[in-house]
Amino acid sequence: MTTLPGPDPDLLAGTAAGARRSRRHRLGRRLVGRGRGNGATAGQNVGGWLFVSPALGILMVFLVVPICLAIYVSFTDWSGVTSPFASTVHGVGFSNYASLLTQPGLSQQLFGTSLRDNLYYVLFVVPLQTALALWLAVVVNNRFLRGRGLFRLAFYFPSVTSSVAITTVFIFLFQGSGAVNKVLRVFGITGPNWLYDSRGIFSVALNNLGVHNPPAWSGHLFLGISLWQWLAGPSFGMCVLIILATWTTSGTFMLLFLAALQGVSPEVEEASEIDGASSWQRFRHVTLPMLRPALVLVLTLGFIGTWQVFDQVTLVGPYNQTTYTPAYLSYYVSFQDNQFGQGAAIAFLLFALIVIVTLIQRRLVKEDLTQ
Amino acid sequence: MSHRHHRSTRRKVLSYVLLVAFALVFLAPFLLQLANSLKTDGNATANELSLVPHPVSLAGWQQVLGIGSAAGVADFPRWLMNSLVVSLLITVGRVFLDSLAGYALARLHFRGRRLVFGLVVATLMVPSVTLLIPQFLIIKQLGIFNSYPGMILPMLIDATGIYLMRQFFLQVPVALEEAARIDGAGTFTTYWRVVLPMVRPGLITLTILSFQAAWNQYAFFLVATVSPQYFTLTTGLANIVDGGLSAGNQFPLKLAAAMLTTVPVAVLFFVFQRYLRASRFDAAVKG
Repeated sequence: MTTLPGPDPDLLAGTAAGARRSRRHRLGRRLVGRGRGNGATAGQNVGGWLFVSPALGILMVFLVVPICLAIYVSFTDWSGVTSPFASTVHGVGFSNYASLLTQPGLSQQLFGTSLRDNLYYVLFVVPLQTALALWLAVVVNNRFLRGRGLFRLAFYFPSVTSSVAITTVFIFLFQGSGAVNKVLRVFGITGPNWLYDSRGIFSVALNNLGVHNPPAWSGHLFLGISLWQWLAGPSFGMCVLIILATWTTSGTFMLLFLAALQGVSPEVEEASEIDGASSWQRFRHVTLPMLRPALVLVLTLGFIGTWQVFDQVTLVGPYNQTTYTPAYLSYYVSFQDNQFGQGAAIAFLLFALIVIVTLIQRRLVKEDLTQ
Repeated sequence: MSHRHHRSTRRKVLSYVLLVAFALVFLAPFLLQLANSLKTDGNATANELSLVPHPVSLAGWQQVLGIGSAAGVADFPRWLMNSLVVSLLITVGRVFLDSLAGYALARLHFRGRRLVFGLVVATLMVPSVTLLIPQFLIIKQLGIFNSYPGMILPMLIDATGIYLMRQFFLQVPVALEEAARIDGAGTFTTYWRVVLPMVRPGLITLTILSFQAAWNQYAFFLVATVSPQYFTLTTGLANIVDGGLSAGNQFPLKLAAAMLTTVPVAVLFFVFQRYLRASRFDAAVKG
């Protein structure tokens, strides 16, 4: 099998070591290049800039400059109507950030709720999609399985579809008297009115166990909402999005694991089989260690992606405020409430959050590599 | 021995059953979508689980495909055209510009290359949902808000594509370009005639990924346009799902429209899936 190039896994996983390595690699190449083509350098200087300038121009105009503009806007009360530099727009200092982080009020309460809801989304989706993808990959990779291609296709199909289209289908399936609840009724379960139900599943479970009054300590507020609310768990509405995400992304990550599994030689597996290892032992001690780089990549992509959920929320959000994520809140506050300064502040806080998650991941990966 | 054989057969059957069940769970939403898109409005709300529409109603599909009834609120044929034209232009632009930049970053020795590459890698890390307000700001400032250029221009470049193409170009033997240069070919001719044909798998991968990204794009078009005349299938569909239709649930219509949105990219993917698997995932893991 020919190895084709593609994204550098280190870079995707965001390791500093990877970036350093490729820098050294390029330096070496450049020295070699100098030794060879002396006459080409002047032409390549012009050619090189001509080749990158369209891309560079677009990246500057539609990415770098706008980000700077938005940072400026996050310190103003711009309403989105006039130019952000008009005299009617006032600088408001850090108040857009303060009303989210330190000042109690409606803004902080909405922001805190969106963080809680997205946090539960991350905590459920990342382990679920990773485990499911891994399991599917291992099963589909079985040499003796017939129709492997068909299974692969079935599991991968949800990944390629448009998020709007697939959310439309899920809204249909999760109606109060819809398909999902009809299937649940066959098993004697009365399903909730999913999309409209804003109760957290943990608090519902506690209610069923007879806990009705929250303990005194849980009344303490954090980011505008009480600890009791922080611990309530994802709402039923959010559960629909969790199921949706698990179902659509497992296929992509299954392919990633499958690609990694091709690197595990059948001889190693056979050898351990002859040694009498059970299939679980084989998976745990032979397959899993070899999948470690792929696992790190899947977890990284998972953690970055799940903090950005937006499309699905714009469709489900009108049913249920407990599905709001910071990304959606940022959009809503800006484009529906015309408070672009506030919206931009939310976007940058989300940005910072994702960067921090990535940096922690990087640290962990680096430790992992040095071990 | 035969006991063991027996046990392993049983296990094999069991794992097949489990796998088929899982595959059905994965495909069930699509099957229900197709079946219900062919039902009458009332039947789709009362009998969601039936896979055989009875009676069959083509009303939803007729409206989606623009046959018969007047366009009304939902002008699907226009949305389809918008999706097609915008996606094709973005795809052509991305494949050409990303590969140009990728080639320069892989092969041409120009001053500042390291800086440019650093910028590309840095933009890879920017979470795209945090860009909605910045991009709205800039297209408004440039006077291209609510227009086709405003939908297309900001999407013409993606850092991932540049990075992907650079990786492909790095694999092409340098000797080829040197031979071309000795023959007197210029930089662009060398790129266009000699190197580009060598990275066909990369170009195919980039084409599919770009088309998919543009076709499925929703968030950016949502903030870049406001008039219904610029609706694509995604923004238009989202609009009717969020209550843009006057009467009732109209699930058959919505499901048919969702299907129309899904099919083109799905077909593209399965036709070219060999290339994608080989390039995108193998390399991502093996490096």
